[in-house]
Amino acid sequence: MNNEKGIIWRSLKAAFPYTVPILAGFLFLGATYGIYMNVSGFGFLYPMIMSMTVFAGSAEFVAVSLLLSAFDPIQAFLMILMINARHLFYGISLLEKYSGTGWKKFYLIFGMCDESFLINCSVNIPEDADKGWFMFFVTLLNQSYWVLGATLGGIFGQFINFNTEGLDFVMTAMFVVIFLEQWLKEKNHTSSLIGIGMSVVCLLIFGPDKFMIPAMLCVTGMLTLVRKPLEKGGAVT
Amino acid sequence: MTLTQQIITISMVILATVITRFLPFIVFPSGKETPKFIKYLGKVLPAAVFGLLVVYCLKNVTIIGGSHGIPELIAIVCIVAIHLWKRQMLLSIATGTVVYMLLVQFVF
Repeated sequence: MNNEKGIIWRSLKAAFPYTVPILAGFLFLGATYGIYMNVSGFGFLYPMIMSMTVFAGSAEFVAVSLLLSAFDPIQAFLMILMINARHLFYGISLLEKYSGTGWKKFYLIFGMCDESFLINCSVNIPEDADKGWFMFFVTLLNQSYWVLGATLGGIFGQFINFNTEGLDFVMTAMFVVIFLEQWLKEKNHTSSLIGIGMSVVCLLIFGPDKFMIPAMLCVTGMLTLVRKPLEKGGAVT
Repeated sequence: MTLTQQIITISMVILATVITRFLPFIVFPSGKETPKFIKYLGKVLPAAVFGLLVVYCLKNVTIIGGSHGIPELIAIVCIVAIHLWKRQMLLSIATGTVVYMLLVQFVF
């Protein structure tokens, strides 16, 4: 039991440093979301409950506009399904990582987000920590930051009195940095280039509201086409 | 919207999100061997998805009208430069956001 506790503690200590950038980012972004809900006329319980149950940034922002427009649950369902379709990609990437983590697997999947995906996908977990607990704490800490930020933003949003125009760019900035980090780390840029290229092409053809699904299909198609050369070249083993 | 309608809408948002997260794990359970092709996708997809997300964030930028995407371009150049220099995720994100906010509020 003592040993088990020791492993849990060491896993938490190993996980925390990786989540520090997320702590700042999520408090900031979460607060932005809470403020946004607040100025849209929703009390702090809304962002709090949504960040605990949905925990998907862009979907939560879109949910605000869904709540403000005419009641249409089917459209809401389909729209969120498309916005979050990238989770399918994360899931496929994490199938092996998440296996053998016992009951924690349920929460690992439920709390999966861009940032947890990034950390759990890229970090080499220290040997004295447990893989399952490490990923569990990464996920849990990240979600806690988001819930805290959203709730605080929802409570104090009405007192904030500065021009927040452009604040939403923080999300773009985060993704640019994540992409750049991946670019600097990888030996072969084929997949990154396919991701950018296919999305831009589909954006130009289908327009901003309808390009995500075709882009994901095109990305998958292209990656299928280059599988042989990539595996032969040793870029993927 | 009434409270009931709000609850239904939020439930739909939750349901759709949960489905996107759990589906791969239900279709490819860990007890069974995952098809080789899916394993391959699992390895190469992340990089492509990060690229896709960047484009997704910038989808509403118009080159022809408005501010021609110039604030976005300047902010991203700043992010890349600072990140290559310091390699501090938070610093790069914060700088880029502040630069962008200043640009859209005072310049464009």
